[in-house]
Amino acid sequence: MQLSTSIWVWIAAFLTLTIYSFLYKDNPLYRFAEHVFVGASVGWSIAIVWHMTAIPYIGIPLRDAFVQRNWPGLIYVAIPTLLGCLYFFRFFPKQSWLARWPIALMMGYYCGISISPSIETNIFTQVQGTILTGFNPTSLSSWWALLLLIGVVSTLFYFFFSLKHEGIVGKTSRLGIWFVMIAFGASFGYTVMARVSLLIGRIQFLLHDWLGILK
Amino acid sequence: MFLKRTLPLLIVFLLGLAMIIQFYIPHPVSQNFYDSMAEWVRISGAFALILGLSSFFYVHTRKLARKNKDSFYSGVAILCLIGMAGIGIFGRGGINGWLFSNLYRSIIVPLDATMFSLLSFYIASAAFKAFKARNAMAFALLVTAIIVMLGRVSFGSFLDGIVEWILVYPNTAAQRGIILGIGLGMIATSLKIILGIERSYLGGGD
Repeated sequence: MQLSTSIWVWIAAFLTLTIYSFLYKDNPLYRFAEHVFVGASVGWSIAIVWHMTAIPYIGIPLRDAFVQRNWPGLIYVAIPTLLGCLYFFRFFPKQSWLARWPIALMMGYYCGISISPSIETNIFTQVQGTILTGFNPTSLSSWWALLLLIGVVSTLFYFFFSLKHEGIVGKTSRLGIWFVMIAFGASFGYTVMARVSLLIGRIQFLLHDWLGILK
Repeated sequence: MFLKRTLPLLIVFLLGLAMIIQFYIPHPVSQNFYDSMAEWVRISGAFALILGLSSFFYVHTRKLARKNKDSFYSGVAILCLIGMAGIGIFGRGGINGWLFSNLYRSIIVPLDATMFSLLSFYIASAAFKAFKARNAMAFALLVTAIIVMLGRVSFGSFLDGIVEWILVYPNTAAQRGIILGIGLGMIATSLKIILGIERSYLGGGD
């Protein structure tokens, strides 16, 4: 056993143990670590936005455009900057409608930009992957591809509420529930294992990096 | 009225339409327009963070002012925020500096991983309580989850084949159905917003 001499390892170990103390019950140490996490995460985001967006996309271009008397360049950066500043009118009830302009810019951009890739990746690619291009009864993979097709169609039927789920539609949607349940089971299993692997990582950190028990 | 409601709707309509069209035009002008808009959105989006920050300070300074047993924690959150942001912005080396990197590695990374790993205990206990094979479908979910979990650990390697089959066929089938639904939903919602049918993002008032 060789205890770590790094202050950073001790801080990380202390915070890890305070979070795990919640397994016993809610306690002041856990709440302390929880608030440290919230504050530090937001602080980290601010520093990242400052260095990744504010300086390279606003500060430097504005300064350069001003120094070089490049007025079109100045206007090009000033427009989104001023639009962004309009967000602050949320604090003034009478002028809060001005905040709708930058929100409109965001909504228009993201709605427009999401449609075409969504058609390609969520619709065309998925349909393309499901279509049976040739069926060979002697090949097992053909049967599995047929199962995949049946699964996709029945799942879609299950989530299609414009038709009453009775008769053939009801039977197909019921088959869809089976596929959905199996998928949810697989997703659950994966989620648990992902969390367990994080737990193993933390225990490894405590036993190896901090206490030096594991070699 | 034009500036309060019509202009935002017009911005959304024109920009939304332009962004859809530019996707199908492989021309430098179209690409420049896309780049410019991405930059504009990035710039104006940065200010939204300040809006969120003001909300953070509003909540925690109110808690501090109440001077009860929770005030201390709000003080801790505010101090950590100011400290982390201050070191990142004004510290030597900025976000690549020695202190900022160490704070990130020793506070945010372990807290993030530990918080998520804590969920493994609660997922396991919730599953123990909720996973009862009440009917055949619930049994299917239970069995699939157990097989996938066992198949992902070393002593369950004999289940590799069946785990692979579950993930590739029945799981993919259902996920694909869900993805198709999500895709159609996204397209429908985006179109509703662009065409001004869905206006809830404008908020209340005039």
